[in-house]
Amino acid sequence: MNGEPTQVAFAPHKTLLEVLREDLGLTGTKHGCELGECGTCTVLLDEIPVLSCLVLAQACDGRRVRTVEGMATGEGLHPLQETFADLGAAQCGYCTPGFLLTAEALLAAIPTPSRDQIREALAGNLCRCTGYLKIYEAVELAAARMRGEDAQPRPETIHGR
Amino acid sequence: MGDRPRDRRSDHDRPAGSPARRPGDLRVVGTAHRRIDAVGKVTGRTQYADDLALPRMLHAKLLRSPHAHARIAQVDVSRALALDGVHAVLTGADLPTPFGILPVSQDEHALCPDRVRFVGDPVAAVAATTEEIAAAAVDLIAVEYEPLSVVGDPAEAIAGDAPLIHDYGDAGNLHKLVNLEFGDVEEGFAAAHHVREDLYFYGGNTHLAMEQHASLAEWTPDGRLTLWSSTQTPHYVHRALARVLELPPGRIRVVATPNGGGFGGKSDPFNHEIVVAKLAMLTGRPVKIALTREEVFYCHRGRHPTLMWVKSGVARDGKLLGLHFRTLLDGGGYGSYGVASTYYTGALQTVTYQVERYKFEGARAFTNKPPCGPKRGHGTPQPRFALEVQMDKIATDLGLDPAELRLRHLVTADTITANWLRVGSMGLGACIAKVVDASGWRTRRGTLPYGRGLGLACSSYISGAGLPIYWNDMPHSGVQLKCDRGGGVTVFCGSTDIGQGSDGILATIVSEVLGVPLGEITVVSADTDLTPVDLGSYSSRVTLMSGNAAIQAAERARDIISQHAAEKLQVPAERLVFAEGRVFDAADPDVWLSFAEAVQGAEARTGTVGTVGSYTPPASPGRYRGAGVGPSPAYSYSAAVVEVEVDPDTGIIRVPKAWVAHDIGQCINPAMVMGQVEGSVYMGLGEALMEEMVYRENRGLVHKIPSMLEYKSPTTLEMCDVETHLVADPDPNGPFGAKEVGQGPLLPIPPAIANAVFDAVGVRVDEVPISPEKVLRALKDKARGGPGRTGPTAFPDIPWPEPIRVPTPWEGGDGKALKHDAAGRRGRAADQSAAALPRSGAASHPERQH
Amino acid sequence: MLRLPSFTYLAPKTLKQALQWKHDAGPEGMYVAGGTDLYPNMKRRHQDPKVVISLAGVKALRRKPAERRNGGTADAGLALAAGMTLTEITEHRKLRRRYPVVTRGAELISTPLLRNMGTLGGNLCLDTRCTYYNQSYEWRKAIDFCMKKDGAICWVAPSSPRCWAVQSSDLAPVMVALDAQLHLVGRAADRTISAAAFYHNDGIAYLTKQPDEVLTEIRLPAPNGWDATYHKLRRRGTFDFPVLGVAIWVRWDAARVDDARIVLGGVASWPQAVPEAAEAVRGTQLEDAAIEAAATAAFRPSKPMDNTDFALAWRKEMTRVYVRRALEELRDRHATRRP
Ligand SMILES: Cc1cc2nc3c(=O)[nH]c(=O)nc-3n(C[C@H](O)[C@H](O)[C@H](O)COP(=O)(O)OP(=O)(O)OC[C@H]3O[C@@H](n4cnc5c(N)ncnc54)[C@H](O)[C@@H]3O)c2cc1C
Ligand code: SF4
Ligand code: FES
Ligand code: FES
Repeated sequence: MNGEPTQVAFAPHKTLLEVLREDLGLTGTKHGCELGECGTCTVLLDEIPVLSCLVLAQACDGRRVRTVEGMATGEGLHPLQETFADLGAAQCGYCTPGFLLTAEALLAAIPTPSRDQIREALAGNLCRCTGYLKIYEAVELAAARMRGEDAQPRPETIHGR
Repeated sequence: MGDRPRDRRSDHDRPAGSPARRPGDLRVVGTAHRRIDAVGKVTGRTQYADDLALPRMLHAKLLRSPHAHARIAQVDVSRALALDGVHAVLTGADLPTPFGILPVSQDEHALCPDRVRFVGDPVAAVAATTEEIAAAAVDLIAVEYEPLSVVGDPAEAIAGDAPLIHDYGDAGNLHKLVNLEFGDVEEGFAAAHHVREDLYFYGGNTHLAMEQHASLAEWTPDGRLTLWSSTQTPHYVHRALARVLELPPGRIRVVATPNGGGFGGKSDPFNHEIVVAKLAMLTGRPVKIALTREEVFYCHRGRHPTLMWVKSGVARDGKLLGLHFRTLLDGGGYGSYGVASTYYTGALQTVTYQVERYKFEGARAFTNKPPCGPKRGHGTPQPRFALEVQMDKIATDLGLDPAELRLRHLVTADTITANWLRVGSMGLGACIAKVVDASGWRTRRGTLPYGRGLGLACSSYISGAGLPIYWNDMPHSGVQLKCDRGGGVTVFCGSTDIGQGSDGILATIVSEVLGVPLGEITVVSADTDLTPVDLGSYSSRVTLMSGNAAIQAAERARDIISQHAAEKLQVPAERLVFAEGRVFDAADPDVWLSFAEAVQGAEARTGTVGTVGSYTPPASPGRYRGAGVGPSPAYSYSAAVVEVEVDPDTGIIRVPKAWVAHDIGQCINPAMVMGQVEGSVYMGLGEALMEEMVYRENRGLVHKIPSMLEYKSPTTLEMCDVETHLVADPDPNGPFGAKEVGQGPLLPIPPAIANAVFDAVGVRVDEVPISPEKVLRALKDKARGGPGRTGPTAFPDIPWPEPIRVPTPWEGGDGKALKHDAAGRRGRAADQSAAALPRSGAASHPERQH
Repeated sequence: MLRLPSFTYLAPKTLKQALQWKHDAGPEGMYVAGGTDLYPNMKRRHQDPKVVISLAGVKALRRKPAERRNGGTADAGLALAAGMTLTEITEHRKLRRRYPVVTRGAELISTPLLRNMGTLGGNLCLDTRCTYYNQSYEWRKAIDFCMKKDGAICWVAPSSPRCWAVQSSDLAPVMVALDAQLHLVGRAADRTISAAAFYHNDGIAYLTKQPDEVLTEIRLPAPNGWDATYHKLRRRGTFDFPVLGVAIWVRWDAARVDDARIVLGGVASWPQAVPEAAEAVRGTQLEDAAIEAAATAAFRPSKPMDNTDFALAWRKEMTRVYVRRALEELRDRHATRRP
């Protein structure tokens, strides 16, 4: 669990979502439907983004689970967290953990994603606040910084024209 | 910011000796910066309502009606009570006092006592040790219903044999009837060069905030109740709880948790909030409820499906000599904000283009569906759709460019409209110019290949309603400010952050005035114990109202601190500048104190440095009954050009790009403004193309698609590219000139898409959502030689009341209705206050407004 | 929060163990693979197994795609293990190169996140769907349930004796069009059947598979001279199930269509083959007239019911457009490939 061996007892029919939130106190993982229809509950299971509302917690025995709580390190926020915060990619913030983890997996696979690749990769996460555009920009900016570039947001994205 | 020629607030309110703030002085306001709650949100630390848990907490579930309309003959809860783990069961009899957001519509019960009015109406509630046990117990409650006939839509509601859904309202199932006339429209039509009549329909849709509503209540043995809830309006929830639970308000604390999206859907006091409070009182244990997605669809309060009839008469140059609007709203089972919604479908038609004479008839019908209420744009996207498509048709008829037609007849700044709304700053012209240029409108429109097109539309929205929801003459927003010896500042305000960033606005404004870094400002908001009242996050009121209150509180603090610092530094107070955590001499910046030192000195001299600020909107010039809905301290303006691709074989529409310009007055934090514009475009796109609340007529009006999957919300693959232009035309009433942005930019999107479809394939879909079926039907109609239109074809007969006649400003009116008319009732109306809703006694006479 | 009912979860490592445990559990037992169909259904109480047997840990179902050889040399196609996730399908290079229609069908399914979880086998066994059925227990109770679960009547066609729930898998029509062979392993025997024979046109008993049988392998025919495509209609570009799927397979003989199969998804309770439409293109060069004839032939038997997204009449009409466009794509591709 976020890099630490974790033992937890729970009712056998609980989903990973429920165990995270109710038995491990990790309420950073949110939920919007519990039926696989929104992407809000996304976590990384062995570094692959999955919907925790449809994963049985028992099936995670011996596997690596990462949640939004595991993104920031002692050194600070993850670059995606920085750019999501700065660009306003998190408005109400409810969908944000799911987007962050999906985006993290994307950048691990494709360090320089095109706008279309980002759009495709995030096509399983719904957001009702942002219209997604700030999220794309935050992913692009974080990607550039993770590649070591000294990237700044484009002025028109935060100031308009 | 320009030179703020109309800066009334600072002229009146600035205490003597306070250093003037000059435009160039802005340091934080107007810069793009990280909002103060951002880190909590990106690290998962922000606690939404369902993230809260208390020791010994019970879980609640509601039993909801399977019938759209029925009498409750009997409720047997014995089997539920007997279930292991069940601690309490409630039915309607336990919470007999009605409530509702508007004093004139106190028509809801926490649990239906004797009648259910839609599928999903709550009937009973259980508190148990787990959610599963609560759900199992709910299934064991036996309710005997006597089904009544079901009213599916407004046409059925007004049919002679329809059962009455409520025993109040203006006529039968017509909850509200409005008839207002500003000048003689018939005269306008007679003088017009061109008259057209059209029908439009705007379908119902819902907010679909990602967070499902949740509430947690705690009752402590000292007789105090606390409710944490995902609500946009803690103050109104506070009032409803006090009323229904019969507790002194001083014993109730309501905390609005950060909302995982609201969009208007969390603006009413809800059944579940009252129920968990009562269950906590009964069991002595904390009780939580977390609604399922399906239940959120039953809470609804979304966009009213609205049928509209529009008659316009224009001069040769397109000037609107007469405009007559009729709206018929499908209200669903309860009042909610419906009276205000009804007025809003007629209020803002006049603030964009000059309208010489204006008549508005509006009606809201009760039907057996989840109640409609305020969704982003509250009551105005529907008539805006109709008006903007109508303008497009007029332009076509007159052979004018639709942009040109609009530009010619813009309402000018600092005027009063036909229906007595005072428009201050007005940047629509600049907005139109920007989107026209950016989109290549002049060269591309009408010249794109068949199947592609451009459409333009405009809009305006209020920056806060001029009047509160219940009559009172207190401020709409209050701020308390505490300056700490360490240099930190805490801002207390009742405003509620629903994702729009209102906490950040408060921090930014205080940072600007006191020169304290953002990181040293703490915002405590939306807590009825800790914060002064702010009416809530609705009507785009928060930035303007809480922002002005914050300026006042901060300026007062600055004055207190200045007095001390001036003495200490031996500098005249007017020369002091508060910036970068310091207080220094403008003439010699090397003469300074740290902000903390300045606070300490002031505290030593005068005691704790704490101030308050509050804001009350200016009075509106309209003085007729109904004039309460529409006035605002400032109106935002937006224009949009949208490009569409229509597949003529299928009718499927793709929207590659939208150009939007928004007159924001002044950005407090441009990054957040951009987000609001883009989010509004997104929601407008969803409404225009796919989102719709639909019910199964054949299965007793059950909601057809109460799920994230089947209620279609645009994904990353549907969202269009947006190019945003911000127009800064500071409004004297806004904090630093700021106006709203949360709702306005949604409004032009649906009509711009409809107009673009016309440009693309030459057909009119006068109906939202503009689904492929409708586009294809119109195309076929056109191919057969028909007019090429899909849309409503009739408007039912409504027993409109006698109009309230109000002479326009240019007819020499005084904002009041004419005293005498046939019915002889106007005399009383004319004396009414500006309030839309009766001043007093309203709550005790919920049954009648007139 | 919607929750699962309680059940016992078993995670066998071998097929044999899985079959045995399923046998032991009897009708109370169900297999699960990715769970993206079964778990939502269980949360809505469509299925209420007391024992859930996960196939995720069964090695035999997770094998890498294997090329099949006839008599050692001749290409006999590719075998896909049923436990492959849809993402694995979309990312498999060889599959993309040799069977782009399978990749494409898989890419069009649900969302990237669901594709990381959902499997090929689960997709082919996907429960049929209906907007009267894919609802919560409370919702279904409010309408007095329906024939498919807990009730007696079909609300889509109240006078009908059968359930009309819709076949909604994207890969099912593709596999029927390709005439893929499905390998099933039971406790007593194994068998291999054509994909078409795997389905029944009945919303309730939609599979011919015995409850105990495990689908282990999907065998694709060798790519020799045929081409195929899949077109999907839905409201949004992601998430949504097909309201119409058009899978078309053609075998070219020089410039002419030697053989064809046209299969519709989302319009019946099984992948609906339309032999009349296939007949209309056989022997043609897919000239406009032939395509139009096929589109019309497909349009006629397409009988969407009022239990999915979109208006009925429009959906039916789209059959014509989508069949036409799929055939045009095949024709155009053939033209570019032939010098
Ligand atoms: C929001 C959402 C959108 C979706 N959109 C689509 C879509 O667009 N197109 C589409 O086709 N599907 C869609 N799906 C359905 C589903 O995700 C996929 O079909 C997926 O491939 C199912 O595979 P699974 O492994 O998750 O199935 P599971 O849920 O594990 O199993 C489904 C059924 O198959 C049985 N089963 C599974 N594997 C085997 C096997 N090897 N042998 C025998 N029986 C087996 C199970 O017992 C169960 O009855 C969607 C689902 C959701 C929640
Ligand atoms: S088709 Fe009829 S029986 Fe089948 S799920 Fe739908 S309503 Fe039920
Ligand atoms: S909660 Fe919506 S997908 Fe899991
Ligand atoms: S930020 Fe609110 S749902 Fe995405």
